[in-house]
Amino acid sequence: MQTPPKDQPGKKPGIIRVEGMHKWYGDFHVLKDLNLTVDQGERIVICGPSGSGKSTFIRCINRLEEHQQGKIIVDGIELTDDVRHIDTVRREVGMVFQHFNLFPHLTVLENCCLSPIWVRKTPRKEAEASAMEYLERVKIPDQANKFPGQLSGGQQQRVAIARALCMKPKIMLFDEPTSALDPEMIKEVLDVMIELAGSGMTMLCVTHEMGFAKTVADRVIFMDGGEIVEQAPPHEFFTNPQEARTQKFLQQILAH
Amino acid sequence: MTESTMKAPKKALRPVKWMRENLFSGWFNTVLTLGVAYLLVTSVGPLLNWFFLDANFVGSDPSACTGAGACWLFISQRLNFFIYGFYPDELQWRVDVMFLLLAVSFVPQFIERFPGRKWLGLFGIFGLPIVGYFLIPGGSFGLEEVQSSKWGGLMLTLILAYIGIIASLPIGILLALGRRSEMPIIRGICVVFIEVWRAVPLITVLFMASVMLPLFLPEGVNFEKLARALIGITLWQSAYMAEVIRGGLQAIPRGQYEAADALGLGYWRKMGLVILPQALKMVIPGIVNTFISLFKDTTLVLIIGLFDILGTVQSTVTDPAWQNVAIEGYVFVAFCFWVFCFGISRYSQNLERKLDTGHKT
Ligand SMILES: Nc1ncnc2c1ncn2[C@@H]1O[C@H](COP(=O)(O)OP(=O)(O)OP(=O)(O)O)[C@@H](O)[C@H]1O
Ligand SMILES: [Mg+2]
Repeated sequence: MQTPPKDQPGKKPGIIRVEGMHKWYGDFHVLKDLNLTVDQGERIVICGPSGSGKSTFIRCINRLEEHQQGKIIVDGIELTDDVRHIDTVRREVGMVFQHFNLFPHLTVLENCCLSPIWVRKTPRKEAEASAMEYLERVKIPDQANKFPGQLSGGQQQRVAIARALCMKPKIMLFDEPTSALDPEMIKEVLDVMIELAGSGMTMLCVTHEMGFAKTVADRVIFMDGGEIVEQAPPHEFFTNPQEARTQKFLQQILAH
Repeated sequence: MTESTMKAPKKALRPVKWMRENLFSGWFNTVLTLGVAYLLVTSVGPLLNWFFLDANFVGSDPSACTGAGACWLFISQRLNFFIYGFYPDELQWRVDVMFLLLAVSFVPQFIERFPGRKWLGLFGIFGLPIVGYFLIPGGSFGLEEVQSSKWGGLMLTLILAYIGIIASLPIGILLALGRRSEMPIIRGICVVFIEVWRAVPLITVLFMASVMLPLFLPEGVNFEKLARALIGITLWQSAYMAEVIRGGLQAIPRGQYEAADALGLGYWRKMGLVILPQALKMVIPGIVNTFISLFKDTTLVLIIGLFDILGTVQSTVTDPAWQNVAIEGYVFVAFCFWVFCFGISRYSQNLERKLDTGHKT
């Protein structure tokens, strides 16, 4: 595995800014006073125990979930109830889900072209050519005309990554992209993500793949009970965690 | 993907073994088999005689019927009335053109490699009603006007069913989407609409449309009776359609909605490109079921004085010139309905097979 360059100068600071953000599900306080600034090109890994609110947090960033208090500003646009702002932000933020969520009634190529054609109004020919480039990048151009149901989990997840990239997003969000995969398929997806990280993409990744965090991340964020407990560069995070909760979590997952 | 490539062993090669396993396995099955065989033997002969061997096919007036078998002469003599109602003879070519266009649009749908069948199908759905709108009533483009009170027979049945089907699907889709909308007002309106229409029998709807409405509105020309019946049928049908489609919408996993949202598709593109194609595909059997029952329910227009195919036949079998032809008449009606309903059903099976891309979400 090649190590991607860690710092790329000349990038926009604060492409994602989360300030004093709270979220409730009914009476349940899921996210408590989150503050986070991510610069363009930064690669962030978010980890934490189950139910700590990691998914909820990154889903707030493209407003799949709405927050009730505080601010989330993505690429200069604040996320509010305004539908136009939400759509503008979603165009710039790609997302990859744990269960791929490919559209089963469309071929791989159609999955990739759908949004560029209908949202970005790219001419079909152009969209298809560009989709093929991304499919090559995730190493499955030969599957372009198959349906998602005909592919393995690892292949589907790589298609999902390509589909998100086809919108040429500035930010990519990953919610446990490898945890629904069989062990032998995890690597093929991680390799694609590492290659993507090397290209300077801003990435927020919820994952328990600590090897990936060590290789790629600029910062590791540890969440527990809806709070950001600790954040640090991976080397520090893994060798010298400050908080007791972090230490306990690391002991548990590194024990296996 | 789930289809096994292994062929089932050919049982037909060993009929004795097959019979022993399927027809005579145990005393109960044996009794059942013998009973059914007895019924078949005793009934097939007389039926065959009645339908074909003793039946009368040719002749020019009722006296040609001997009465020993079916009097098919009755059907062929009055066929014109059963198909066109009171539509004037010299203008019936207009209806024939519509029949031809209907056949040209939909028969190729059963032929896998027919060139341009998609376009023919689209014409059948969008173009046919427009052509029919000008051709059947006339009154424009130099065509002589034919009032709707003269329409009848199979032609009227097809008009009612076709418009009901074509119009109720989009309205049903909108109602289903509305019922799942996050906007309380829209949701409320749709829920009330669906629940009210669904709770009322079609007979009541037709009755209200033809008898009650005129009490409140000034009675216009006769065309409006058919139009009112059509509107009633369509709205009633769309309430059912909405519930069938809602079932499909609910079966789509949440991840599909989220993935479409995350791609920034927006509400209408999300629904139109991602959710509805999957949901509709999933509920094709339910949709077709509703189509078929609507097709048969159109016979109820009889009670508001419209003569569909059943109405024309019924009014003819009571004609004193013809004696005892009721069975022939109803068999004919049943056969016509069966042909169309079976066609719809076969087509939907074709469609399901063609659209199957393997659901593994
Ligand atoms: N739609 C919802 N309604 C109510 N509570 C919810 C909802 N979604 C999540 N929660 C709760 O919010 C908390 C955070 O959930 P979240 O999915 O963000 O956790 P997570 O950190 O991603 O966990 P995991 O590692 O298991 O994916 C959990 O306690 C969960 O039960
Ligand atoms: Mg999660």
